[in-house]
Formats: sequence, structure tokens, C-alpha cells
Amino acid sequence: MNSLFGPIDPAKDAGYTDAPPRMGFFTDTSVCIGCKACEVACKEWNAVPDDGFDLLGMSYDNTGGLSANSWRHVAFIEQAAPSPAAMDVLREAEATVSTQFLGMPSSTLPGTEGREGRDLRWLMMSNVCKHCTHAGCLDVCPTGSLFRTEYGTVVVQEDICNGCGYCVAACPYGVIDRREDDGRAWKCTLCYDRIGEGMTPACAQACPTQSIQYGELDELRERAAQRVEVLHQRGVTEAKLYGHDPDDGVGGDGAFFLLLDEPEVYGLPPDPVVTTRDLPSMWKHAGVAALGMAAAAVVAFLGRRP
Amino acid sequence: MTDRVRAGRRGGGKGDRVMVPPAEFRSYYGRPIVKKPVWTHDIAAYFFTGGLAAGSALVAAGADLTGRAALRTTARLTGLGAILASTYFLVVDLGRPSRFLNMLRVAKPTSPMSMGTWIFSGFSAAAGLAAVAEAAPLLPRRGAVGLAARALPVAGRAGGLAAAALAPAMATYTAVLISDTATPSWHAAYPRMPFVFAGSALASGGAAGMIGAPTAQAGPARTLAVAGAALELAATHGVEHRMGLLSEPYRTGRAGTLLRAARVLTAAGAVGALLGSRSRTVSALAGGALLAGSLATRLGVFEAGKASAEDPKYTVVPQRERLGTL
Ligand code: SF4
Ligand code: SF4
Repeated sequence: MNSLFGPIDPAKDAGYTDAPPRMGFFTDTSVCIGCKACEVACKEWNAVPDDGFDLLGMSYDNTGGLSANSWRHVAFIEQAAPSPAAMDVLREAEATVSTQFLGMPSSTLPGTEGREGRDLRWLMMSNVCKHCTHAGCLDVCPTGSLFRTEYGTVVVQEDICNGCGYCVAACPYGVIDRREDDGRAWKCTLCYDRIGEGMTPACAQACPTQSIQYGELDELRERAAQRVEVLHQRGVTEAKLYGHDPDDGVGGDGAFFLLLDEPEVYGLPPDPVVTTRDLPSMWKHAGVAALGMAAAAVVAFLGRRP
Repeated sequence: MTDRVRAGRRGGGKGDRVMVPPAEFRSYYGRPIVKKPVWTHDIAAYFFTGGLAAGSALVAAGADLTGRAALRTTARLTGLGAILASTYFLVVDLGRPSRFLNMLRVAKPTSPMSMGTWIFSGFSAAAGLAAVAEAAPLLPRRGAVGLAARALPVAGRAGGLAAAALAPAMATYTAVLISDTATPSWHAAYPRMPFVFAGSALASGGAAGMIGAPTAQAGPARTLAVAGAALELAATHGVEHRMGLLSEPYRTGRAGTLLRAARVLTAAGAVGALLGSRSRTVSALAGGALLAGSLATRLGVFEAGKASAEDPKYTVVPQRERLGTL
């Protein structure tokens, strides 16, 4: 049985000997321009069906959230709390791509140069499966359909999944979901088929600003820590990492983030804990209740012989 | 939007509620963070029929060992019916029902559903054998069939005892199953839910015995029904009031209505069971109330979990409290 809590190497814990380094994503939201190239590339490469056309009235977000048919989701948050330093960073990122071409709005009024006229700030973040060190989805799956790859990622084998839906309720991030029409569970595979060939996952490949970075997790963690340093020096004091800490409630995420506001503002749980951490205690309580049942039955029948 | 929203007690109500200090929290357009369970009411119905089958197995084994033939027969047949219904509810709730058997190709200790499938399978086989043994008197006494007919009661007792041994696990694993999720109000209830489900199972199993057996034999079933009802009421009260903000979904909305109905039905059924020990009619009515109460409890628990997943407040506020940064 795999361990249920604490910092571990998930591939080794799952029984791989000689596993390659753990791979993951570092998503730096400070340079996300909200182009949704990641959403599109993911759908294209993985042949994910469309999820209907909805106008949600939530800024530029008409995807809504991660689902069986959306494995990347770009969140848009408009805030009346300008952060000039963060806007400078975003501006520079925008300048590296032709936003005109992508049909994207600019984060400031056309023609404005300086820091004036910024009474709004835009947060954008591309969300994805966290490929948790302790993955609730994987722990509870009763068929073995969800499994740990040699890269430390978490993947569904759709030919085994029977659609029990347990993983959906077990994910602390609300990532994995059951597809209506085919009844099976789906989520990001961290492009298992691509990384096995030494390629970069489709979303990271498509990202024009390197907001989505793919690589060895150890290396990404170092890079992310440096990035936070740089941003703090530039005055973006609100920059912080999310999901990078192997001592957190899920043993650290394989896909972690640099955020500019609290996690819940982006739709992320502030302190996720893998539900199976408490599984031994759950069984103990159930055991006491079960013993009580048996004792009640014995007493009820022995107490009164006919 | 992402503005701060006040989260606190909703709705007016009785004075015995635990005060939850109003808290502010932020979210992404008020959208849920965790996914609500994709399960339907079928799963709540399964918790009820599974509990009924487990309670009945205990009653049947006790009746068998103490020579209460009518109580044994009714409890075994109730168990069989409940197992058949359970199988149906379990399978239809899968996205791919034809792949049900995929769960019997692995045994995974970290998955309560995997463990539960094995408990259910073993329990069903044993309880099913016990129920089939009830057909022995209907078979001819002579020839090969007669031989089988004479062996059946022995097999039935063995099956019945095995089923009774597995019954407590059968009744309580479902509480572990729903607690082992990120659904806020289910997970928080994990120390209490097994007692809710154990009580509910005893109440329903005892109730079925009270309905099906003459009062002269139904005494122990009545005792179990009353004890189960008391446990169900006490443990449910804890779930409804002792978990701070995460108790709120059990008191409000559809879950609140169902659990209030469950309380009335279960309490009335228990009183009826105590007072009506000499009247078959009163016993049957009380039994009916207890069964309905048990079902309403399961449905209420199910609805409360769903409601807690749908509102980001129940994910964000307790986690913020844990971090000490609310
Ligand atoms: S984020 Fe959810 S779906 Fe992804 S590995 Fe973790 S528990 Fe599983
Ligand atoms: S829905 Fe599929 S992947 Fe999810 S827990 Fe059930 S069998 Fe496993």
C-alpha cells in the first residue's frame, strides 16, 4: 500500500525502481496574458470534445472551470485594486507577443504608456490538474484505472474506468470529472504520450509567454523560488507560490503556481489536504461503530430467551 | 465576483444551534471549488438497503440461534430483497454499468469502494445462501433433491452466521466511503458518520423484524430497533450541531427538511416500538416509521454533502480557519 501522507517521491512510492526524474508544470500567472492558447492546444492534441458554447458573464472566461472536457482552464479576475508593479510585468509579457493577432484585449488602454490610468488590474491563470504527490483521486479509485506514471504524474486509463465517480468527489481541487455521454472520468494526463517521447506537453508548447513551464520538478521549484525573488525586488510583493511545498496537505503538487492574490480568488482551495490522510482514523471509528452493532445484537438476543 | 462575502449561519431557528461566527471569504465568481459528487439518489438508496440488509442479517442470525423461526424467516427474506435492491442501485450509479466487474479484479486498501465491494460481495453470498435455505420446507423430502433439502438448513445457518459476522462492516463501510472524499461536510463528519449509519442499519433491520414476525418472537428485533434509533438520533444530532460551519448544510435546504423528517419518524417509530410490544398493528406502524426514518436520514446526509460541495464557502472558510488567516 502506498503511503498516505507526507513528503515522498511518488514514483518510488508506487514501486518504480529507476524512475526518471519527476516531471511537472510551473505556471507563472504574473506573465499570463489570457490568450487561452493552452486550452486550445490541449483540446487539439488530446482530442477532447467541445464543452458547448456558453457565455458565462465572467470577464473573458466562458469555460468556467476544469471539467471532463476542459483540462486547462484560464481564469480571468478583474480587480479594482491596481498593482502598478504587477501591471508593468504583465505589460512586458504582452509586448513579447502580438496581442492584436491573438484577438486579445490589452491589459491597459490603447496608447497608454506610463503607470497612470490604471484603476483596474487583471489576474489571469491557467489552471490544470495538480498531479498531487498524494492524489486523492488515485487513492480512492476502486478499479485501478487511475495510476501513477514513472514521471510521478497521475493518469486515467479510460479502458478500465467504470465510471464509479469516486475520484470526482475525492479531488480536493475539483479537477477530475465524469464525462456525461461516455460515463468515464477524464482529466489532464500531463500529455503522457508526449513526455514519453521527450516532447513538451501541448499547453506548455503553445504558451507564448512561458507562463506555463514544463520540466523536472526539482528544477522548476528552484526556478520558481528565484522568480518570486525577482518579482519581490521589482515591487510585486503580492507574488507567492502555491502548491510548491512538499510539506503541504497533499505532499506538494506536480503542477504548481505563482499567484498574485489568495488562492481562493482563482478558485483554488487555500489549504487542500488529501482526504485519505484520515483514512486510518475513519476505519477506526467505523470499527468501533461496527463492534457496537455486534454487541447490541448479542445483548438483544441473550437478554431475553424465548 | 471576487468580493468578500459574509459566510455565517443562514436562516433562523432553534436555540440549540452551535453559534458559527460569521466569516468573510473570497471566491472565483462564487463558483464551487470541489466538484459535487456525480452520484444520484441511487447511492443514498443503496446506503439504506445495504443497512437494512446488514441489520436484518444480525436479526436473522440471532433468531436462528435462539429458535425464533418466524423472525428468522422474515429477516432472511428481507435481507435477500435488500441485497437485490442494493445490487441494482450500486450498478446503475456507475457511468459504465457493464464494467461493474472491474471492481472485482483488484483489492485496494486505500479505496473504501474497493474494500466495500468485497465486503458486499461476501456478505451477499452468505446472506443469499441463508435466504435460499428458507426454501427447504418447500422441497420434496425424498431422492437427491431431498438430500439437498435436508442439507439446506445447515448451510443456511452457516451462511447466516457468516453474513452476521460481515454485517457490521457492511453497515459501516459506506460511512467511510462518503467520508473519504473532499466533500466538505462529509469529510468533516468522519468520526460520527459510522455511528449514524450503524444506528440507522440496526433501526431498519429491527423494524423489518417487527413488521414481519409475530410479537411473541419479535422482542429482540424491537430491542435492536429502539437501540438503533437512539444511536441514529444521537449521532445525527452531533453531525447537525457539532461541526461548526460544516454542520450548517445538514440543517438547511433540502437536507435540513429530510433530516428533520427523519428525526420525527425515527423518534415516533422508537416510541411506537416501546409502547406497542403487544400489538402487531402498532408494531408494524412503528416499524414503517423507523424504515422511513432510516431512508430519510440517508437521503438527508447525501443532500447535505452535495450542498456543501456546491458552495465554495464550505471549502474556503474551514481551510482558512485551519491556516489561521481568516
Ligand atoms: S489535482 Fe485532483 S485530479 Fe489531479 S492528481 Fe490531484 S487529486 Fe487527482
Ligand atoms: S470513475 Fe473511473 S477513474 Fe474515477 S475512481 Fe471510478 S473507476 Fe477510478
